[in-house]
Amino acid sequence: MSTDQTVLGTAAAVSQESSAQLRRRNRSRSRLGSVGFHVGSLALTAVVLYPALWMLMSSLKPSSEIVGNVSLVPTGASLDNFVTALNGIGGVSFWTFFWNSVILAVGSVVGIALSSSVSAYAFARISFPGRNLWFSLMIGTLLLPFHVVIIPQYIVFNNLGLVNTFVPLLIGKFLAAEAFFVFLMVQFMRNLPRELDEAARIDGAGHIRIFTAIMLPLMKPALVTASIFAFIWSWNDFFGPLLYLKDPALFSLPVALRIFVDQTSTSDYGAQMAMAVLALIPVLLFFLVFQRYLVAGVATQGLKG
Amino acid sequence: MALTDRVTRTGGLTATPSSSALKRRRRGAETRAGYAFLAPWLLGFLALTAGPMLASLYLAFTNYNLFSAPEWIGLDNFRMLLADPRFAQSAKVTVIYALVGTPVKLVAALAVAMLLNNARRGQGFYRSVFYAPSLIGASVSIAIVWKAMFIDRGIVDQIGQNLGFDAGGWVGNPSMTMPMFVLLATWQFGAPMVIFLAGLKQIPAELYEASSVDGAGPVRKFFSITLPMLSPVLFFNLLLETINSFQVFASAFIISGGTGGPAGSTLFYTLYLYMRGFVDFRMGYASAMAWVLVVVVGLLTLIFFRTSRYWVHYSGEAK
Repeated sequence: MSTDQTVLGTAAAVSQESSAQLRRRNRSRSRLGSVGFHVGSLALTAVVLYPALWMLMSSLKPSSEIVGNVSLVPTGASLDNFVTALNGIGGVSFWTFFWNSVILAVGSVVGIALSSSVSAYAFARISFPGRNLWFSLMIGTLLLPFHVVIIPQYIVFNNLGLVNTFVPLLIGKFLAAEAFFVFLMVQFMRNLPRELDEAARIDGAGHIRIFTAIMLPLMKPALVTASIFAFIWSWNDFFGPLLYLKDPALFSLPVALRIFVDQTSTSDYGAQMAMAVLALIPVLLFFLVFQRYLVAGVATQGLKG
Repeated sequence: MALTDRVTRTGGLTATPSSSALKRRRRGAETRAGYAFLAPWLLGFLALTAGPMLASLYLAFTNYNLFSAPEWIGLDNFRMLLADPRFAQSAKVTVIYALVGTPVKLVAALAVAMLLNNARRGQGFYRSVFYAPSLIGASVSIAIVWKAMFIDRGIVDQIGQNLGFDAGGWVGNPSMTMPMFVLLATWQFGAPMVIFLAGLKQIPAELYEASSVDGAGPVRKFFSITLPMLSPVLFFNLLLETINSFQVFASAFIISGGTGGPAGSTLFYTLYLYMRGFVDFRMGYASAMAWVLVVVVGLLTLIFFRTSRYWVHYSGEAK
């Protein structure tokens, strides 16, 4: 301890000393801890990634080699399983299912980005009677089990002759029915400086102009986050397509996958794995490209995967 | 306002309309603009949420099979629910899953979040890798993989046998399907982990430093600082994960081949509702099931919020 420090009050000196000691102890502990941390994290990474890697490797193995084979490395890798998977089911090619999934996912993204941002603007930037009531109802639907609306929705779509079309699967996206996305955008918009709209208003801009020229460009991060989740959720959705798509030519990948599992003999795991891998590839690509947005979206909004 | 109105009416200020009239006109324009922008959500809310909710409430008191008109039967659906062993089974499976799966998943999420929070390097990498299963865990693809891993003589069975634990195939064993689903849930610990991690970063480091000076050990720090400071995030995760656990469908459907078997051990609530409503077309009965779930979720949410003041710590200045 230097002399000028001893001049200070004893209490301060004591706290100085103990914090210096503490720092020293922490440093040596953290060096040890750092090794332990990486060993632990890598072990956990291996466990977490194992099912995905096993799926990928199994898709390259003949079916006889899959069951009970812990090893990831195939004895002789082949793409036979993928050939079977790409043949599709009952004369409908894999690419038809893939294309249907793409239409549904892109439709969802467009619908959700449009409808949620427009509605969020009303909640965040316009004051009108009834706004608070609608807003609390919107928040209420965040926790509402979807079970309570699917039966009447199905009845109505059935009566309108819309079963076996994409309409029931997409209309909700264009009507901001998923409150998560509206909420996400309201939160984002509330953090944008109000001076921007006020300045634009003084210059004579109306709401449409403020929304399109000022808000939309600034909302890009929220729009990107919402779009990624909208795409992945639509891509993985099983319940909706199972209800509404009956004609194999309209199947999205998850429904096709289910039929494929039912039809291929139970021991033909290779082809099932290959099709499962193909169905996940777009999600994994999205994840690799946008993982920062995804993780940030989850951290700030509590969105679920 | 009344005064200026009168002045306006007398014609004294006709050339320049009074500010209040202008304000009123502007308020009217704001209201119209508000509802115009709100229109997509409002239409969706009325047509796809509120309307169907009321309709299913009505259907819950009817016998309806989609082909003949609904027949009012009063409380019969609810009486049948109480006497239906399959319904009891589905409620049991779902409640056990929620009570076991949610805590296990959240403990794993918190443990890993605390591990990562101390990392100097590689935190972003691990965070992304651990989050990935949350994106695909509920997909059909992963359900197929899970089934293949847990079948008789599958890899999990092999590993178990090597460890002297012979459970056979978990998929076909009614007492092992629940652990299999809990593992599938736990594998998706990434989403709550990311939220915990964001919460941990909000805890001021001075709190830990001060408690170190006071001689608190890691256990004491965890219970006296980490847990209370993290309780709002814990509350959020617990509520969301509990409600999510009622929604299990694709994995149960694929793994059991749409039957909820073996012996009803994978008959999750949503799966049974689907079977009743869309396989048997007993839509009144399924609507009654849906409303039972709404009431349960509503009560749970209420209990969570009511009890939160006793265990959730909201600090005034958690920077």
